[in-house]
Amino acid sequence: MIVEIIISQMPYLLHGLWVALQLLACLLALGLVLGLSLALLEVYGHWTLRWLGILFERIFRGIPAIVLLLLFYYGVTDFVEIGSFMAAVLALGLRSAAYQSQIFRGCILSVPPGQMQAARAMGMSKMKAVRDIVLPQALRLSIGPWTNEFSSEMKATSLAYVIGVVELTRQAKYIISSTQGNILIVFAVVAALYFIFNRLGNWGLYKLEKKLAVPGFEQRGDA
Amino acid sequence: MLLKVENIHKRYDETEVLKGVSLEMETGQSKVIMGPSGTGKSTLLRCINYLTPPDEGRVLVEGTEITSRNLNRMREKLAFVFQDFNLFTHLRAVDNVAIGPRKIRGMSRRAAHELAMRELERVGLSERSHAYPAELSGGQQQRVSIARALAMEPKIILFDEPTSALDPELTGEVIAVMKQLASEGMTMLLVSHEVGFARQAADEIIFMDGGHILEQGPPAQLFDAPQHERTRQFLSRIGQGGEAA
Ligand SMILES: Nc1ncnc2c1ncn2[C@@H]1O[C@H](COP(=O)(O)OP(=O)(O)OP(=O)(O)O)[C@@H](O)[C@H]1O
Ligand SMILES: [Mg+2]
Repeated sequence: MIVEIIISQMPYLLHGLWVALQLLACLLALGLVLGLSLALLEVYGHWTLRWLGILFERIFRGIPAIVLLLLFYYGVTDFVEIGSFMAAVLALGLRSAAYQSQIFRGCILSVPPGQMQAARAMGMSKMKAVRDIVLPQALRLSIGPWTNEFSSEMKATSLAYVIGVVELTRQAKYIISSTQGNILIVFAVVAALYFIFNRLGNWGLYKLEKKLAVPGFEQRGDA
Repeated sequence: MLLKVENIHKRYDETEVLKGVSLEMETGQSKVIMGPSGTGKSTLLRCINYLTPPDEGRVLVEGTEITSRNLNRMREKLAFVFQDFNLFTHLRAVDNVAIGPRKIRGMSRRAAHELAMRELERVGLSERSHAYPAELSGGQQQRVSIARALAMEPKIILFDEPTSALDPELTGEVIAVMKQLASEGMTMLLVSHEVGFARQAADEIIFMDGGHILEQGPPAQLFDAPQHERTRQFLSRIGQGGEAA
């Protein structure tokens, strides 16, 4: 009986998961591009830009995700019609940018200054030195901390249900109200789906980290 | 005159580290700068290629003054070898050497790779071309960093204590490479306390003390008949009997 309900409702749950993953991909992409830009501004930019970067990051790290979602949905849609999915991408993506900027900033700063000096001493422009010498090293370092961000944002997508994005958690609510009950079992399935995709994502990221590791280099830190 | 350094001054906060230093280098010369710790030797080298811009004074390479506008082009002529190598940790030895020719001199990937292999051969490391810096000994890393400098086909190489970070048994291989470069006519300005190298390969020793050049001259003169008391004291401290002369 319960198994039948789950099986018959599975397409809806999977659709919800698909929407959640789309939301996740969009918000992480926005966060990546903006977060990396902010980090570069904070480390190399003129002090005014750096100051703006820090202000942005403080604001978005200091407000609960759910409040940001409501602000963007009700606030922004008053001026431009963007829909709940876009509002969620913006709210969570900008917030993710603030967190990701901290990850990238830390990793850029942990590349020893001698690397930049050696590049500049050869006659490399600052831009090229950042792009070809500092970033390849900093990005490798950032994969580890980035897995945390991936996990938090995967889970945060479920909050988008408050503004009506029909993602996994909202599908679960629909199923529960249309089949009267089964709360525990439906949410157990939903929990399992979140869990599996979280593990899958992290597994992929760790594999990437391993693959990109510089031989002989990371082992030094183990000692 | 290949390199002309005119009246360089540099201060950090209250203290003036370089108090008007001038020197000149002709093509093919090697000069070794010596002097007590904290005297401004590294600062001088870093001022010459503007890693630390001088507060006053000029640096001219082949008659052209280094300015903030031609900085990158001028630095191609002034390679720098660091005490702690500073090899790019994410690149294999061969790519450390090839990246300058490729990204700065605009060579094709293939041509840069071939050039890099030739330069690694020159420092005796063609076998280790695929190793990452962390897989190489200190002496090998310093030889790769010399190959990286050579691949820019510079007019002059500046060395800041290239053997000081190495275990004593590894300094020999780096000094051998530097001697070979000197004999091939490479113009080199070194900060180094390797007296053996200086006696054999240097045209001139420059003794610095307290932000000035105190005296300079051919190795035989400076080591065996130093003019200043400070030079004598310093030489006896590094095991060269200045007083004996
Ligand atoms: N970035 C800096 N900020 C402040 N002071 C500095 C800086 N770099 C060097 N100094 C000071 O300038 C002086 C000269 O330093 P420098 O490194 O040029 O000496 P050095 O002759 O190379 O000494 P050593 O033989 O120990 O390498 C020192 O007193 C040092 O403390
Ligand atoms: Mg020094």
